[in-house]
Amino acid sequence: MNIIDRRLNPGGKSFANRQRFLRRARAQVRKAVREASSSRSIKDAGKGGEVSIPSGGVHEPHLHRSRQGGVRDYVLPGNKKYIEGDAIARPQQGGGQGSQASDSGEGEDEFRFALSDEEYLDLYLEDLELPDLAKRQIAGATSVLWRQAGYSVSGPPSRLSVPRTLRHSMSRRIALKRPKQDEINALREEIEKLEREGGQFEALVEKRKELELLITRSKRIPYIDPVDVRYRRLESNPKPIAKAVMFCLMDVSGSMNEHMKDLAKRFYSLLYLFLNRRYEHVDVVFIRHTHEASEVDEQTFFYSRETGGTVVSTALFKMADIVRDRYPVDQWNIYAAQASDGDNTSSDNAVVLAQLRDAILPICQYYAYVEVGMDDEDDHPGAGEPSTNLWRAYRRVSVEAPFAMRKVKHRRDIYPVFRELFARRPEGVAADGA
Amino acid sequence: MTLIAPDNKLLFQGPDWDFDLIRRVHDACGEIAINEMGLDPYPNQIEVITTEQMLDAYASTGMPLFYRHWSFGKEFARNEALYRKGYQGLAYEIVINSNPCLVYIMEENSAMMQTLVIAHAGYGHSHFFKNNYVFKQWTDADGILDYLEFARGLIAKYEDRYGQEEVERVLDAAHALQSHGIHRFPRKRMADLRSEQRREEERRRHGEQLFNDLWRTVPQGKRKPSADEDARRKALLGLPEENLLYFLEKTAPRLAPWQREILRMVRMINQYFYPQRQTKVMNEGCATYVHHRVMTRLHEKGQIDDGAFLEFLHSHTSVVMQPDFDDRRYSGINPYALGFAMCCDIERICTKPTDEDREWMPDIAGNGDAYGALREIWANFRDESFVSQYLSPQCIRDFGLFNVHDDEEEEDMNVAAIHDERGYRKIRRALSKRYDVAYSDPDIQIVDVDLAGDRKLILSHRVLDGMTLEESDSDKVLQHVADLWGYDVKLVEADDAGTVRAEHTASPRRPFM
Repeated sequence: MNIIDRRLNPGGKSFANRQRFLRRARAQVRKAVREASSSRSIKDAGKGGEVSIPSGGVHEPHLHRSRQGGVRDYVLPGNKKYIEGDAIARPQQGGGQGSQASDSGEGEDEFRFALSDEEYLDLYLEDLELPDLAKRQIAGATSVLWRQAGYSVSGPPSRLSVPRTLRHSMSRRIALKRPKQDEINALREEIEKLEREGGQFEALVEKRKELELLITRSKRIPYIDPVDVRYRRLESNPKPIAKAVMFCLMDVSGSMNEHMKDLAKRFYSLLYLFLNRRYEHVDVVFIRHTHEASEVDEQTFFYSRETGGTVVSTALFKMADIVRDRYPVDQWNIYAAQASDGDNTSSDNAVVLAQLRDAILPICQYYAYVEVGMDDEDDHPGAGEPSTNLWRAYRRVSVEAPFAMRKVKHRRDIYPVFRELFARRPEGVAADGA
Repeated sequence: MTLIAPDNKLLFQGPDWDFDLIRRVHDACGEIAINEMGLDPYPNQIEVITTEQMLDAYASTGMPLFYRHWSFGKEFARNEALYRKGYQGLAYEIVINSNPCLVYIMEENSAMMQTLVIAHAGYGHSHFFKNNYVFKQWTDADGILDYLEFARGLIAKYEDRYGQEEVERVLDAAHALQSHGIHRFPRKRMADLRSEQRREEERRRHGEQLFNDLWRTVPQGKRKPSADEDARRKALLGLPEENLLYFLEKTAPRLAPWQREILRMVRMINQYFYPQRQTKVMNEGCATYVHHRVMTRLHEKGQIDDGAFLEFLHSHTSVVMQPDFDDRRYSGINPYALGFAMCCDIERICTKPTDEDREWMPDIAGNGDAYGALREIWANFRDESFVSQYLSPQCIRDFGLFNVHDDEEEEDMNVAAIHDERGYRKIRRALSKRYDVAYSDPDIQIVDVDLAGDRKLILSHRVLDGMTLEESDSDKVLQHVADLWGYDVKLVEADDAGTVRAEHTASPRRPFM
């Protein structure tokens, strides 16, 4: 009998099959993922989890009899009261007799299974692309890339370079004239021959001496000496990391209600997830503003109330300040997302526009403006799109590249709007950023 | 029953185990199974695996390696979801009919469970695999792993060459037909799978060497119109043929050689699983009976303590539990329960027969050699014949089996037989029929090909007792057949009286080329 411990074998044997399955059911899984996301809380937006897809698409048909009709005989256990000849009402369809095979293989039941976080996000954010990706910068020593770089005289046994070592050994042996095994063998044979033949005593003594010399010599000069040994050397190179910072700007004045904040929050969490997938390191900066702006933590950002007027430009100035202080433009990819209900003090619009054009957009990879509105707000009939103060102002910049603006009124719009903003653009049309 | 002997012979105490213990346990079980019960198992190879690996094994029908296909990924996803949510526990072991017999045991089993598993799989199943005639006739325990390795390599090679999608399409079609890709009657003894793989390559090379386009141009001379053109054509094509995959592999006009090879491979692998379907009750019955005997003897000999024995009884009883038909947990007759009960019953008949037993089973009643009788039975029967021979009245009474007759024409179902004098034989016959694969699998054959006309392939389903095929599935499968065949396909469902119950047709949508 053999006992083999397979526990250390690489797992994930089914991985390739799972990939195939997901590819096969891609359309359905994607749909399921998108539907599932609408019912999730923000915190779980990026978690993997269970999805169910109609089993039709991944159904494997085979030839089998239908479960109804014909003459059938069932044998069942656990008779308690029946005697021969009793009539039993036929159970309703689908109730089945139970004694039939249980794997129905038909019907449009749901097929439920769990997706990992990775798979979930992949499907969720499929086809999305960050406009103007990546300034890569060597930052800190957080991550290194090991690269083969020459040979060294020390190292772990696993990195021993046999060809290199033997090459060194050979040149040393040649240089120091280490006798070859063949020479020794030949000499031995000669001696044996002489011994057998007898006579020539002097020659024999000489040969023996010679042999002794050769043997001591070969002992003194080892075949492989520690000085020959070479290891494949690895060199560490700092790995360039793409870093991103995401600025969340939000109007928290009285006119923004809970519903609007919720919409904004959803948008931000999507953006965060998305950035996280694309960059190794993502910072988030929350700036809220009324008539003055301040940087706050997440909790305060979403949940505390503030009253005051609405001066959007303050937030933009704040953002420019923070960038100057903490996020050198040549190292960081800067993204900004602004959410507002569109109110702004009229006199501020010009300032906003100037600041955006001159200070913000040049340093941003992408600037997204999302105008949140109430669900029940009707569009003004005949007035085209309802325009707010800020919307009108922004419309003047929106032709310029790394800028996009959309309106959102309902939760269900968030994801489509997000997709629209970040949808993969055909080559050439892509926004050219900073 | 002896309690723990004064000199401590215990194999283990507590739930922890190590490899040395597995070895001791294996030897102690072997002592009982081989020396006392006279079993003749394959040598064992015990492999310890993790939960994750168990799930992997589940997905590929229990085999340690398999070719790649999305359906296994689906199976994995399903099991994983069920397992993670706690709807479904995992099996304690998986055993593979190979030589040596592979027994997978899970690392989280307790020492007692490992003992149980070794007795169950390493001796029970292994003995059955090696000695049962169905397995002897149909499977090649020596070659299966090599063949699977070959299959895996083959599919990978074709995927590289022809693309994943194309290979997947052939596999989908082959899988849809796999239940009808089996030779049910042994022809000449199949050579072992290893040389099978060599032969296939040689055959192809030979065909390529012989090919000469000139033969096509040689004038044939006028053929005499044969009086019996029908019979001639059928004989030429080897019709009727119930092995659909075999027929398509050999005769489908438009398949590429590599596609035929995939059909062949799926067919071969399925043939290997065919015996398992026919011997579910016996196989599990045998293994369960063996582990029960071995554990009991170990306890009697003082090699496991009372605690372990109680733990064993707990898990054993839940395995052989048979819920009643009106129980919510009921999902058919539990093969473990029925098999184990019948084996125990045979032991009882051999050693302590009643008058009834003498009347029903005169050949074994009171012969005193229970192990001998069981070995004989395990070797020479399959489920259907096992039930029809050895389901005793006692067993029928214990299970409270009754037979319900369901005729579509009548308003109600009626109870045709219960566990009484008049009913025993009826119940036995009905139950035996349930395990008869020749009855439970629909009988579908290829009957004709319209060679003179549009090359339509005609299949027939011989409808038994008015049970027709499930419609939507059949249409889908037929679509696969049409794609493989390359021309129209028709499936006629007719009963023995010649009444046509249903007809399905399909045209190739994307024929394989």
